[in-house]
Amino acid sequence: MDLVNWEYAPAPESRAIANLKPSYRMFVDGEFVEGAGEPLKSVNPATEEVLAEVSTASSADVDRAVKAARRAHDKTWGRMPGAERAKYIFRIARMIAERARELAVLESLDNGKPIKEARDTDVPTAAAHFFYHAGWADKLDYAGYGPDPRPLGVAGQVIPWNFPLLMAAWKIAPALACGNTVVLKPAETTPLTALVLAEIIQQAELPPGVVNILPGAGDVGAELVNHAGVDKVAFTGSTEVGKIIQSALAGTGKKLTLELGGKAANIVFDDAPLDQAVEGIVNGIFFNQGHVCCAGSRLLVQESIAEELLAKLHARVATLRVGDPLDKNTDVGAINSREQLTKITELVASGEREGAERWTSPCPLPDKGFYFAPTVFANVTQSMRIAREEIFGPVLSVLTFRTPDEALAKANNTPYGLSAGVWTEKGSRILWMADRLRAGVVWANTFNRFDPTAPFGGYQESGFGREGGRAGLEAYLDV
Amino acid sequence: MGGTTELTDVTRDEASLRRFLHGLPGVDAVGLEQRSAGLATRSIKKASKLWAIDTAISMVDLTTLEGADTPGKVRSLCAKARRPDDDVPPVAAVCVYPDLVATAKEALAGSGVNIASVATAFPSGRSTLKVKLTDTEFAIESGATEVDMVIDRGAFLSGRYGQVFDEIRTIKAACGDTHLKVILETGELATYDNVRRASWLALLAGGDFIKTSTGKVSPAATLPVTNLMLQAVRDWHGVTGQHRGVKPAGGIRTTKDAIRHLVAVHEVAGAAWLTPHLFRFGASSLLNDLLMQRRTQLDGHYSGPDYFSVD
Amino acid sequence: MSDRVTVSKTYKLYLGGAFPRSESGRTYPVADSKGRFLANAAQASRKDLREAVVAARGAFGKWSGATAYNRGQVLYRVAELLEGRREQFAEEVAAGEGVPARRAQALVDAAVDRWVWYAGWTDKIATVLGAANPVAGPYFSFSVPEPTGVVGVLAPQRSSLLGLVSVLAPVLAVGATAVVVSSQDRPLPAITLSEVLATSDVPGGVVNLLTGHTAELAPWLAAHADVNALDLTGAPGELRTDLEKAAAGTVKRVLRAPSAEPDWTERPDIKRLRALVETKTVWHPTGV
Repeated sequence: MDLVNWEYAPAPESRAIANLKPSYRMFVDGEFVEGAGEPLKSVNPATEEVLAEVSTASSADVDRAVKAARRAHDKTWGRMPGAERAKYIFRIARMIAERARELAVLESLDNGKPIKEARDTDVPTAAAHFFYHAGWADKLDYAGYGPDPRPLGVAGQVIPWNFPLLMAAWKIAPALACGNTVVLKPAETTPLTALVLAEIIQQAELPPGVVNILPGAGDVGAELVNHAGVDKVAFTGSTEVGKIIQSALAGTGKKLTLELGGKAANIVFDDAPLDQAVEGIVNGIFFNQGHVCCAGSRLLVQESIAEELLAKLHARVATLRVGDPLDKNTDVGAINSREQLTKITELVASGEREGAERWTSPCPLPDKGFYFAPTVFANVTQSMRIAREEIFGPVLSVLTFRTPDEALAKANNTPYGLSAGVWTEKGSRILWMADRLRAGVVWANTFNRFDPTAPFGGYQESGFGREGGRAGLEAYLDV
Repeated sequence: MGGTTELTDVTRDEASLRRFLHGLPGVDAVGLEQRSAGLATRSIKKASKLWAIDTAISMVDLTTLEGADTPGKVRSLCAKARRPDDDVPPVAAVCVYPDLVATAKEALAGSGVNIASVATAFPSGRSTLKVKLTDTEFAIESGATEVDMVIDRGAFLSGRYGQVFDEIRTIKAACGDTHLKVILETGELATYDNVRRASWLALLAGGDFIKTSTGKVSPAATLPVTNLMLQAVRDWHGVTGQHRGVKPAGGIRTTKDAIRHLVAVHEVAGAAWLTPHLFRFGASSLLNDLLMQRRTQLDGHYSGPDYFSVD
Repeated sequence: MSDRVTVSKTYKLYLGGAFPRSESGRTYPVADSKGRFLANAAQASRKDLREAVVAARGAFGKWSGATAYNRGQVLYRVAELLEGRREQFAEEVAAGEGVPARRAQALVDAAVDRWVWYAGWTDKIATVLGAANPVAGPYFSFSVPEPTGVVGVLAPQRSSLLGLVSVLAPVLAVGATAVVVSSQDRPLPAITLSEVLATSDVPGGVVNLLTGHTAELAPWLAAHADVNALDLTGAPGELRTDLEKAAAGTVKRVLRAPSAEPDWTERPDIKRLRALVETKTVWHPTGV
């Protein structure tokens, strides 16, 4: 048999579409202004080059932003009829869609994620979140929290680097719909799309101070959540930081919602639709380089099909194209930062030391930039670090089970509880498992699905509060 | 599944066959369609696009299967098949009804282009085995180098797998060295689970190729169905070491569609299947679009339909 | 009037369906509102609390897995038994809270009615708090409220029965299990309630009731890693911030309380039910 070698020619999305500027400023009280903090340099993780310089907030800036948000809440936004708020939020949704391509390219540059994911998931889902929540603004009486539920006031929001624009949308849209004003801190390594969102918010003519965006590192986040003028804190990020915030907020009466880490089990039974299960496993752990809090990082496979499934999985993972995030054919992009790459590398080394069997895709990797080849560990046991700790990278740990009870016990044997996957053609088993899995989202015969109408959030140390759906409004209402 | 010996066991009797086919993993429709849609977003540009176009041309079974077919029409098609365009090598085959095979044979003499004939009471497959056999033998005697048979969908849908299996076996025996493509008519099988079962049934019975459709039923070839059939030949190879082929037919009209199918071949079955020996397009209007896009790639500007012969 | 000497009761803990003394052997005197000695109550230790959490965790699977209808029946049965002990409760409430007999009776009646109110919620929570999510894709997605797990409850200090029922019944209604630290100075109605629970159909371990010093037990409860939620209603004011901090160690759901104890006679709402559930969203493709 002649083996042909069909190389796909590079198909890069044009970088110019991002309208990258040499410097970005923070957005306070309706204006883009210089922050007094030490400016940060946002780096393209695919090339390690500096993309732009971004001003950061000092504690005085945080104070100014919170006060602006307070004024906006008290004078305009909090008093505005819901129907009027709705129209502003609809405008934002539409303008995100109009600038979708620009936002997608910028997101890919700043974050390292494949352009096809930024284009097909991050940006459209961000627009959808604004669109969905816009409709709630004048219908809160029907949300089940009693008549005329009131906003909380000023929301301080801190978001992670894995879905920079989408997380901003998840936070800002419900806050605005419920009548709150916002001070949001994007992640230190990925501030750019949030600042373009600020531009959109400005163009949509939201009253000054309704949304304020303050780039900066963890210290700015700490200033923000601890600011006495903040009524509500929403944080998405690591469990470690979530605990610090919860502790810091003790006794303050500030309402808090946390969306934290996970170590989700993706459970495959012997009667699963195998080819789709393989796709679900791949999507579960390699989507967004595995930088997903709800990633299916533990594959629990029924022992009777483990060998067959693993062979199929290796073959499939080997077809993943790792490389230039802007190439439209790239499946797995760059790891967001050197720091994260170091963490992944360290945990993978621990897996090898502890005796798990490592398989890594033979795919070629670019010479520069932060990359990690998709990796699958077999013969993993529950006690290994790679089975217990969140790796937040393209690394899958495979464990086996014999019975549904054992699968359930292993799946639930973690302090986390954000998501889980179940693969079986047997309907009653799906419902039995879904009922017993201690996780906020259970994907059956699918994985990593998100929708603004579907509440998302964790059990236990994966956090509390929900985002999306009717349930998600509670986080931003005084109820 | 663990090797060819076990596969002989599964065809021992109707009950074993049924157990085997019903024991194949289920297909989740949404997951399959999502994967297919994902593959369809591949962006194939420049040299890789030109290569794909040339490869797709070499895989075309240029087809005419109309009641109105005449020797003149077939001769015209054969001329196109021999030399699709200046400097373009021939397509894989011409596909006609059995009574026009002789005409095609004459027109294609010395070209290396295969002559495929539909048979077995195409397109419905509704006749006796005797008639189907005669149909097949007539096609082969007239010079067909490839036979595209249809399965008895009625028998398949009523669960008479043994009957379908035996029919394919019998036709395959009549074919001898003649290449046998087994048309599943996936549009009538309705579910992906059925497509998977019918694919395995055809492979077990000795089909060299599994083919999606007759072109007379809608939907004909769709990306998810091709994807699923590619999984079947990939898995067949995993079990037996044998390479079998896939032919989507009907509904593939554009270069974009064809390239999407090739991406699926590449990423689902593997690069080994990127050859006319193992992958074909059953099509007619597709060829001109491939030629037009090819010219666009080479000339650097868009071409138009008037620059390609309508045959 | 008979000269008969009454048989006085030994007040014990309620733990895993049994009535043990504190493993520490400690008791503390309970007085009425005028300072007169009423009884010795068991003074639970942190080890008793640890056992209580084990019992609550052990009971969680079955209780949360019972049908909502069944939980409703079981809880309604408790109300029936409470009704039967109205007089005893009224005496204890009157003595402990120092209210007139009539007022005490009204509080007891309100407590029974509160219990009935929550009993009726068990099979409505999912309807009211759950949803079918109209997602933009070929999926069926639904969200259901599920009990958060083991709930640590620091019961109200003043309202010894109505307050206690108002914080405990919602825990049971959602299908969670409870470790309750009763009112420190007014524990007798809580102990009597545990006797009612023990003779009802509520499985052992679903409710575990500790009497003792709130300030001693609360930090252990707040920091216990196998407790999922913490109700601070009866927490001593000066400890609240620290308890919240301790709860953050395992990301517990914390039900904060206003500094002043609420008026429990006010009509309840579903806030507590909401606070004690987790929303679980399930997705499945729809295809043939």
